[in-house]
Amino acid sequence: MSVRINKAWMPLTLESVKRLKGHLGVYQIQDTSGQLIFIGYAGGRSLFGLRGELERELASRGPGHNFRYEVSMQYMTRYKELLMVHAADHGELPADNRKFPPPRLGRMRPV
Amino acid sequence: MELGLSDEQRLLLQTVRRFVKEQIVPLEDKLDPDADEIDPQDRDRLVAQVKDMGLYGLGIPAEYGGPAIDLVTECLLAMEISQHRAGLYAPCYGVFGGSSLAQLYEASEDQKLRYLYPTLRGEKTAFFALTEATGGSDPARAIRTTAVRDGDDWVINGSKLFISGADQADYGLVFARTDPSQGRNGITCFIVDTDTKGFYVRRVIHTLRSADYATELEFENLRVSHRNVLGEVNKGFTIASDRVSRARIPYAAACLGVAMKAQEMSIDYAKTRKTFGDLLATRQAIQWMIVDNEIDLRSARWLVLEAAFKAERGHPFATEAALAKLVASEAAGRVVDKAIQIHGGNGVTKDLPLERWYRELRIRRIGEGPSEIQRLIVARNVIGGAFH
Repeated sequence: MSVRINKAWMPLTLESVKRLKGHLGVYQIQDTSGQLIFIGYAGGRSLFGLRGELERELASRGPGHNFRYEVSMQYMTRYKELLMVHAADHGELPADNRKFPPPRLGRMRPV
Repeated sequence: MELGLSDEQRLLLQTVRRFVKEQIVPLEDKLDPDADEIDPQDRDRLVAQVKDMGLYGLGIPAEYGGPAIDLVTECLLAMEISQHRAGLYAPCYGVFGGSSLAQLYEASEDQKLRYLYPTLRGEKTAFFALTEATGGSDPARAIRTTAVRDGDDWVINGSKLFISGADQADYGLVFARTDPSQGRNGITCFIVDTDTKGFYVRRVIHTLRSADYATELEFENLRVSHRNVLGEVNKGFTIASDRVSRARIPYAAACLGVAMKAQEMSIDYAKTRKTFGDLLATRQAIQWMIVDNEIDLRSARWLVLEAAFKAERGHPFATEAALAKLVASEAAGRVVDKAIQIHGGNGVTKDLPLERWYRELRIRRIGEGPSEIQRLIVARNVIGGAFH
């Protein structure tokens, strides 16, 4: 498994989100300029898993965004890993994660 | 061995049990089921409460500022502190403070000033890096990471696997081969600062565990001063072996804590859940599972407390510590497995903590020396070294 998500981006639309299942996992949101702005997860308390979380993202962000996801039972450790990888690659967390960073996020230097 | 609890022990256990029930469990109702940390404000508030209770720094020797609590009581408390969803790998989310790495108590005074004391004060955190991709149970042969002397420094190259907390730590203990011609006697322990050039956390290793996740480390021409050699060169394995064995006993006790809670949940559920018109508690199949769990819990608890009792009194305890770790980790796994069976479909959902305990307990049969190594220790001690 790659430490980075290398899947293609998909448009964050009702049609594409409706096709998702209610799995646990992690996801990323990209804004209209192509900037990765948020890393999130669908955890044990997420209603309808990834589909529910991305429906919520769509409702709050509106059209024009992209997303990609990864189904993972280890969503919590994967979520933290993705945040650390982003911080290592870009020197900071994604813009929308900076508002509510995890209390004790570590440091990574992935290859 | 004294069988009864003293009044002081009983009071301590009641206090901690109430703390877990009233302060920790309600927080978990709002957290993700796989969460391993709480809000910093909650953490500060709870740490202050624990300090008021005089229990902060559990596991830290009294001469280093820890509460003056004997090992038997520490084990009894470990059984209480782990009785919540994250309790196995994040007992009470760390608000009781952490005991430092046992090896650091053997450090030089200069090293203690730079590493041990700040850690005991909660200002620094550390990791322990022994295991490599080539193995963890036989480090004398498995260690490929090398350290070569260069003037006043050592230059470390290699990698480590399954290292918890390295991404958050300020420093760690890294074991490296300093004499390739020797096995066990060619390994040295180094104190490595994580901000040193050449220290890399390459990835998170995703396992069954939700808390205290493991990482993979890589060292590329990492320079460490000779003053950061812990103990003697080539004697890395001799440092604090008694303290390390001793730490296995509360580790075993924590396994029992979650299993005790699982058994309590099972009994409560059996008394309220009806099938075919009658309560589960009336079904012999369920009763026997609960009885089997009780046998596992009581026998394992006895072994844990016996090991603690002997270690506390300075008696030889290597066999007892190995038995405690072996039996407690395996028994706890069986207990939680049966608890899930009693709860049926609910047992495997994230609505209950059982599924997390089931996953995380599986690791306890491998971590801190797998069951097979514990059996090896016991066999060597009861049969005799000549047969190994």
